[in-house]
Amino acid sequence: MTATIPSAIGQPLDRVDGPAKVSGSARYSAEIPLPAMAYAYVVGSRIAAGRVTGIDTSAALAEEGVLAVLTQQTLPKIAEQPPLVPSLAGTAAPGQTFFPMQDDTVHYAGQPIALVVADTWERAQYAARLLRVSYAETPPVTTLDQGRDLSYEPERIFGGWIPGRIERGNVEAGLREADVRVEGTYTYAANNHNPIEPSCTTAQWDGDNLLLYDATQGVNATQMTVSRLLGVPMSKIRVIGHYAGGSFGCKAMIHAHPTLAAMAARAVGRPVKLVLTREQMFTSVGHREEQEQHLTLGATRDGRLTAIRHHKLSPTSHFDDWAEPSVGVSSQIYACPHYEGVYRLFRANTMTPTFMRAPGEASGMYALECALDELAHELGIDPIELRLRNHTDVDAMTGLPWSSSGLKECYERGAQRFGWAGRDPRPGSRRDGNWLIGTGMATACYPVAPLANPQRARARLYADGTAVVQAATPDFGTGVATVMTQVAADGLGLSVDRCRFENGDTDLPNIAAAVGSAGAGMISAAVHSAATALRSQLIRSAVGDPGSPLHGADPVDVVVRDGVMTAGTASESYSDLLRRTFQPDVEAAGQWNPPAHDIPYATMTFGAQFAEVAVDAELGLVRVRRMTGAFAPGRVLNPKTARSQLMGGMLWGLGQALLEANHMQPDTGRWVNASLGEYLVPVNADAPDVDVELIEVEDDIVNPLGVKGVGEIGQVGAAAAIANAVHHATGRRVRKLPIMIEDLL
Amino acid sequence: MSTPGPALTQPGTARAERGPGPVRVRLSVNGTEHTLDIEPRVSLLDALRERLDLTGAKRGCDQGTCGACTVWVDGRRVLACLTLAMSCEGHEITTVEGLSQDGEPHPMQQAFVEQDAFQCGYCTPGQIMSAVALIAEGHAGDDAEIKEWMSGNICRCAAYPHIRAAIRAVRDQT
Repeated sequence: MTATIPSAIGQPLDRVDGPAKVSGSARYSAEIPLPAMAYAYVVGSRIAAGRVTGIDTSAALAEEGVLAVLTQQTLPKIAEQPPLVPSLAGTAAPGQTFFPMQDDTVHYAGQPIALVVADTWERAQYAARLLRVSYAETPPVTTLDQGRDLSYEPERIFGGWIPGRIERGNVEAGLREADVRVEGTYTYAANNHNPIEPSCTTAQWDGDNLLLYDATQGVNATQMTVSRLLGVPMSKIRVIGHYAGGSFGCKAMIHAHPTLAAMAARAVGRPVKLVLTREQMFTSVGHREEQEQHLTLGATRDGRLTAIRHHKLSPTSHFDDWAEPSVGVSSQIYACPHYEGVYRLFRANTMTPTFMRAPGEASGMYALECALDELAHELGIDPIELRLRNHTDVDAMTGLPWSSSGLKECYERGAQRFGWAGRDPRPGSRRDGNWLIGTGMATACYPVAPLANPQRARARLYADGTAVVQAATPDFGTGVATVMTQVAADGLGLSVDRCRFENGDTDLPNIAAAVGSAGAGMISAAVHSAATALRSQLIRSAVGDPGSPLHGADPVDVVVRDGVMTAGTASESYSDLLRRTFQPDVEAAGQWNPPAHDIPYATMTFGAQFAEVAVDAELGLVRVRRMTGAFAPGRVLNPKTARSQLMGGMLWGLGQALLEANHMQPDTGRWVNASLGEYLVPVNADAPDVDVELIEVEDDIVNPLGVKGVGEIGQVGAAAAIANAVHHATGRRVRKLPIMIEDLL
Repeated sequence: MSTPGPALTQPGTARAERGPGPVRVRLSVNGTEHTLDIEPRVSLLDALRERLDLTGAKRGCDQGTCGACTVWVDGRRVLACLTLAMSCEGHEITTVEGLSQDGEPHPMQQAFVEQDAFQCGYCTPGQIMSAVALIAEGHAGDDAEIKEWMSGNICRCAAYPHIRAAIRAVRDQT
């Protein structure tokens, strides 16, 4: 960065893809018209456990327009099952280590057992209903109560990235030292991402070459996963995904449907569009697992933590040891000598759970921050003051200093904006007519994810002084094209309107899937690297060229503004340089190698959440009246888009706190409410005005621009702030999510 | 929330038995007449998206629960996924592609960009079709009213406060 030059970074630029999105011209992956398109409909298993004993396809095949019915008998076998590795690692990233229709076993309800392909969507859907499937059913295990006695302690979870047990000190000794103890069991309903765009893939073969349009968080992840499963070389697979209509983690891993679409397209010799139905979105792309967390805090009378014990029990699939890492940040963010975190899993008849916004942090911090509120109440200490007494400038687990924090300022500025001072801590102390009013707060934190592989981008400047900067990453609502245009403009020394960011295509330089709030940091690093490499190259050309007014200048003295290179009184524009030397364009590649994993710092993003609720004294109805969040996400590339993401995260916290629950029918092992009519998500009437405060902190460690990410931190702690406000309003401590009317009656 | 619309099929116009095979259907969309051979079971949404390549109206649920497919029939908002295409014969359909005039975006489209009233953009055409209709219906009096009458359009990115800001901005211009 050239600090003396006015910066595009940090400006509240409108989204560059805004006009395309508001006019309907932005094309999502199921909106690519191809000649002779066929439509694939996935048929899911009706049972949750057992075997498929037969599928009579004759009636379906007899329907007009039906091109193929693929089942275990006719679907090709996969070439290889890649291991489950989070897509951030930049490798193949299947959502689970199970691929359907390879044998007759049914592991979960909704598991694909057939694929019907027809010339129209209506015909495929109708023919699917004509399949006569027979099953041999066995009793399923799906719920915590069914699985509790079958549980085991896994060695590692989360694709092998996280140990199953984390300990320091001696938690029993720490609890014995405590003057007070707070203990509780927190239960969580399963949650589903439910982006408004269902997952979809359009597949087209041209000889041996496969073109996929896929709704994904990482086109490279799709390419690598499909390549391994099909046994088709990477060089023959191109994946395009310019826009995805939301993801929230369900498009972070590559589930079965892109590969199924490719198989179907090969079978019928036509391009195939495969779109999951809304109901299938509950059984095909992972979910946040149902879970139970048991949390015990020990503390001294003056509020200093002596021990934290955090245990979690949750169902995983038959194939993978997956739990979202709910026990993790609770070991890190408060000073406390003794800690014990343990995961327990049991095998259930569900698919492998997956990332869902703030995977682990959103649930783990609910338990921790509610327990701290309880402790504050018990000790008569203000909730913010209690957190300050346990504040740590180092990661409590490793002892390494934070690369940057800003947490204390988040508490202070958040409290100021919210009007926390002077709060009467007594529950039930405020009333507004028939409404009981309460306020609550919580800490937010989200790790800055360690990256595994180099991230790349490419910058091209044309002789007319305009530039294109490219990287493979798709846009799924983060605003990546907008902020990367800003990063490119500053790196090149051009105005924003002369730069265009091109993305969403595996033919462009490789970027890992944008997950774990890592997108802005890693992509900006790659784009900055490419743009500054190109600028340096142009400056070197000018100062080395006897025909340039800049000839002989020291390259470090050259500044570039609006495409004009200047050193002292001499100057030449990029355009003049290229035209004079007959170069139509010039390019540079950029690569950012992430810091090693053993750097002497801990990396975490912090924030503070505040909420005010009104609870109907007789009906138990909870309305969130206002929310304030203060966050310290490093450098903010674009405050407009950053605020939007943080606000969205906070309202996701509202959904988590009060609305979102997917319920399992224990005897059938099927989700009961798999629709947007019955799985409740926040609607406009649920959403209060949200106040987002940005606290910029400098961070030289995480990446070149010091960007820590805003995708998930907004949700962490929001549900706890709401639950704590419900307690303040009513005196009722609800330790389950979502908090329903019946919990408050 | 949508207002109850007029009966889409005028008495008499669909009496003759047609289907179940493909039948000729005439649709007027954004002022342009189209002739389609489609089965009677084809929804207005799929006629627009899969036959006319008008993909502005989105399919989010196909069950009338998310509002992403909101379009206007004779100026009133309807859910295109729950409307049969052939029932729209003789009516004027407007989609988000038909909102701009003389190449200029509709003030609501402009306001959505300025207020950052979307992130992924997938629900956005439906939100905009509802938002414009909402003002015309007289349901944009205050935030409470906007909240209630916009609650048939889910935005999973949760841009709701900014959607309200965009609607207020356009309401106050007009």
